[in-house]
Amino acid sequence: MATSEQASGGINAHPMDQFVIKPLFGGHDVGFLTITNQTLWLAIAVLLVVALMVLPMRNATLVPTRMQSAAELLYGFVRKMVVDILGEEGLKFFPYIFTLFIFILISNVAGLIPTSFTTTSHIAVTGVLAMSVFLTVTVIGFARHGIGFISLFWVKSAPTVALRLVLFFIELISYFVRPLSHSVRLAGNMMAGHAVLKVFAAFVPAMGLFGIIPIGAMTGIFALELLVACVQAYIFTILTCVYLNDALHMH
Amino acid sequence: MEGDIGNMGQYIGAGLATIGLGGAGIGVGHVAGNYLAGALRNPAAAAEQQATLFIGIAFAEALGIFSFLVALLLLFAV
Repeated sequence: MATSEQASGGINAHPMDQFVIKPLFGGHDVGFLTITNQTLWLAIAVLLVVALMVLPMRNATLVPTRMQSAAELLYGFVRKMVVDILGEEGLKFFPYIFTLFIFILISNVAGLIPTSFTTTSHIAVTGVLAMSVFLTVTVIGFARHGIGFISLFWVKSAPTVALRLVLFFIELISYFVRPLSHSVRLAGNMMAGHAVLKVFAAFVPAMGLFGIIPIGAMTGIFALELLVACVQAYIFTILTCVYLNDALHMH
Repeated sequence: MEGDIGNMGQYIGAGLATIGLGGAGIGVGHVAGNYLAGALRNPAAAAEQQATLFIGIAFAEALGIFSFLVALLLLFAV
């Protein structure tokens, strides 16, 4: 887009500027190993996970402290979800699923801190997460069922063979679209929320005294964003469990 | 894109792409409404279908997000 400084009524910052990846230590090109603001916030997410989940569980007591109780609640929540969908044998995959859940939850919520950078709003990050889920599920499916894994796409309940052939291709395509929708859902939700916040923020100086109205709207949208951050982490995890269940138990 | 025709095309395309969000609203409302209707008839069985409710809402919402993504891409990434 052309000049954004002279846009309507004094927008000084482009709503999409917050998603730009900039190198942290000067220079303009983002190479393969450049330390960027995304690197920084990914590292901060990992440190937050350690500080909020790992450290309180050191010297865990039977009567929990507050942080320990919060960590245990999250653990129990994800464990219940895994056992509900995958059964008892799904607990083999619990470390991976819990890692996904906690990383996405803390990255999403850390992006809500003012002046921070939402790492999960980039397809680069969520695409890798979704691709790893897809590869995990496919490899586990083939390891568990051998070549019979293909029978996941062969719908036995359709009446004629021609219909089953058409459905085979439809099922195949929808299987390969899964990582796409998995990643875009998370990235799109995060990006949309933050872009809307920035657009409302651009209204505030333009409205002068009535700028209190966009501020009220931003507060409401911020609460919605907090809910969306937590729900999207939950959705990502529960869909991972559902895909894994498909591969393990084949309908 | 350069030129005024290009910019105009961007804006019109982005505006048209947001029509898809109406479908997302209808879809999510449909899922949530059906869950509510079922839950009011059979409250005991409602709690265990909450996970299905959230999955249904996520799938319906995702398609709306795709159309919003197309709008954003047209505006800022072309």
